[in-house]
Amino acid sequence: MLDFEPFYLTLKLAFTTTCLLFIIGIPIAHWLAFSHSKFKVIVEAFVGLPVVLPPSVLGFYLLLAFSPENSFGRFLELYFNIRLVFTFPGLVIASVIYSLPFMIQPVQSGFRMIPETLIETAYTLGKSRLTTLTKVLIPNIRIALLTGCVLSFAHTIGEFGVVLMVGGNIPKETRVVSVAIYDEVQAMNYHQANVYSAILLVFAFLVLVSIYLVNHRMQKARYL
Amino acid sequence: MINISIAKKLSGATGELNLHFHATILTGELITIYGPSGAGKTSILRMLAGLLEPDSGHIQVDDAVWFDKDKSINLKPQRRNIGMVFQEYSLFPNMTVRENLEFALNKGQSKSIVDELLELTELGQLQNKKPATLSGGQMQRIALARALIRKPKLLLLDEPLSALDTEMQSKLQDYILELHQQFDLTTIVVTHDLIEVIKMSKRVLIIEEGRIAKDGMPLDVLPLRHLKSLL
Repeated sequence: MLDFEPFYLTLKLAFTTTCLLFIIGIPIAHWLAFSHSKFKVIVEAFVGLPVVLPPSVLGFYLLLAFSPENSFGRFLELYFNIRLVFTFPGLVIASVIYSLPFMIQPVQSGFRMIPETLIETAYTLGKSRLTTLTKVLIPNIRIALLTGCVLSFAHTIGEFGVVLMVGGNIPKETRVVSVAIYDEVQAMNYHQANVYSAILLVFAFLVLVSIYLVNHRMQKARYL
Repeated sequence: MINISIAKKLSGATGELNLHFHATILTGELITIYGPSGAGKTSILRMLAGLLEPDSGHIQVDDAVWFDKDKSINLKPQRRNIGMVFQEYSLFPNMTVRENLEFALNKGQSKSIVDELLELTELGQLQNKKPATLSGGQMQRIALARALIRKPKLLLLDEPLSALDTEMQSKLQDYILELHQQFDLTTIVVTHDLIEVIKMSKRVLIIEEGRIAKDGMPLDVLPLRHLKSLL
């Protein structure tokens, strides 16, 4: 009998991660796109790290940070009664960090594509930076935002190293599909692994097809 | 009355330029600023708008100080009550014509000004269209109408018609003159088009290498050989 729990967990993780990234990604991308601060390169490099680092490296350090044996993990457990190792919330935080560049980079370049005079026009019309962001910038980078969301969602579904390190393999808590597949292969249940893999493959393909379809339609409608 | 005395060192493709601009502009006056490209015309408008900070000097509009380096006053563009039209049309592509105008409304301001300006600029029929579907002349008319929604103290036009054909330029010059009169607006038009200077203004400031070289009636101060070449 096929256990659908890993699918449910994977979708829940990807959805939560994407929502959180959407909320924190816009202000960070906005800052990176328009700031002249000298610390910008540092932040940019930090955001981009997950692209070049093996997921196991990121997972390893997050595991250390979250562990109750170390100061940050102990602090969380002592004062907030939160434990992040081998729990779903821990997975979410790890995923957010791991997929950060996939949300921020497209949105950042979306912001940079907007002509400067458009922003200056809004300022000369008396509009604040916040109003300019919500009424002018965000509506004109819809495609970049959509791309960021899709990439973050897909990237979270496809992650393995980080989730295994931080989350382990706890059924109904951290056992996402990619981990379940690995687990079934280890146990030589190739049929089960194949079913999981095929479903994931078809699902990922369909998600991308539908997104590209929307993307092309929007571009055709000249909706920036 | 607007009192301007500003200086800024600019560095561009053609090297460094020390920009000095000292002028008094009367309320309700329409002046043109004429000069070759790279002379610093656009930078002057940007400093008046608060989009570029001068290195020194002051800008006073009636009783309000917009900029004073010595007193560290530098009002943001949002607080200067200006209308600005850029060379690129710079309409918000996500909004319809009407939404572009409504976006400019101050909090609590009546929407009747939107209808009034739509009518004045003959844009009523286009009000539900998106900018991408319009011609250059139509777009610049919208940008002009939008700049007037807040009834600004000072209207700044940065080569607003240079991307349009001659016929459309002439039509829009008429619009600008009509709106200038109707709203009694103090207006500064930056241009490198002699015909525009002569047609639109009674006073022109000629900028050369970052300084006002001449200030007066267009026909008195414009280089005669340039005028002859136009005829």
